[in-house]
Amino acid sequence: MKCKPCGQPAVIDIPRHRAAFCAGCFTTHCQEQVRRAISSHRMMGHSERVLVAISGGKDSLALWHILVALGYKADGVYLGLGIGDYSDLSRDYAERFASSHDLTLHVVDIPTDHGFAIPEAARATKRVPCSACGLSKRHLLNRAALDGGYDVLATGHNLDDEAAVLFGNVLQWQVGYLARQRPVLAAAPGFARRVKPLIRMGERETAAYCVVNRIDYLVDECPMAAGNKHLRYKETLNAMEERSPGVKATFYLKFLDEMLPVLDDVAAEERALVGVCSRCGSPSSAQVCAFCTLVERVATSSAR
Amino acid sequence: MQVRLHNPKRDVEMTGPLRVTELVRSLGLNRESVLVIRGDSLVTHDETLHDDDVVEIRPVISGG
Repeated sequence: MKCKPCGQPAVIDIPRHRAAFCAGCFTTHCQEQVRRAISSHRMMGHSERVLVAISGGKDSLALWHILVALGYKADGVYLGLGIGDYSDLSRDYAERFASSHDLTLHVVDIPTDHGFAIPEAARATKRVPCSACGLSKRHLLNRAALDGGYDVLATGHNLDDEAAVLFGNVLQWQVGYLARQRPVLAAAPGFARRVKPLIRMGERETAAYCVVNRIDYLVDECPMAAGNKHLRYKETLNAMEERSPGVKATFYLKFLDEMLPVLDDVAAEERALVGVCSRCGSPSSAQVCAFCTLVERVATSSAR
Repeated sequence: MQVRLHNPKRDVEMTGPLRVTELVRSLGLNRESVLVIRGDSLVTHDETLHDDDVVEIRPVISGG
């Protein structure tokens, strides 16, 4: 195959774009996809301070690399989850990237700072690990952005992540979740603005971006995620994508254009229900937020 | 050719010449869910792999 823009030998083909790219043109293509996402959803400006959530995996490191290449002032934050060797390795990858690119990486370690690890929290709360992990990440990354005085928190959610979440929400008609599934969540009291600049890039593309740009990332999957629903949804969507290239992008991007505006009232109703956690002061629709509840349950479980 | 797979990590021997598309399909994988890397370079699905190639099939799906 030849590179569509320049005619040189291609290194990757993207069936949904009906195009193949050489390494240089692919890098430009990915950066343009991110630039378009940021611009069309008014995610952030070049004068703003950006905090990128870094896991040591392909998506977050590709995002950090691209934002810096596009001229954004972007620092990183790594969240230590206490998942044994996996967490140690992922932190190594995050720190090596930051150091080799002369970037600032903040580290928040849940076991050190909050006294529990994600597997322990999952057991104590009888939640699946990904649920305990997700709610901890949302709370602590938001806190890191606010405490650090950043204007915006950027996460590495890609097109496949968003299509899989949308698929799950539609399967169960989770209207409230659908109304909240936005590429930009505006800042509000207690909430930093959150943006997802990779929504136009599939995860095959973020991985390929890392390979062609020699970004070393942790290839291994989180051991806690094996067999989770999100992975099953992705397999289903990929089976459709193989037969009908572009179906995932159409499903998600059309949702943003056609369906989210219809759900604006639902999103406004949900926002109106948000109060303040009586323990930590974070926004919460319950008297005590989900993170404080989790911390309390882990402490109770440990005391037994 | 030597083909390195992940989850679990293992090496398998395949006989060339073999197109990337055929290799991925013969291993029961979806082309959307992997990258094929020969040496340290990505290859497109129409490339032909040969017996002396060292190939990695790298999964790209993450579950977080």
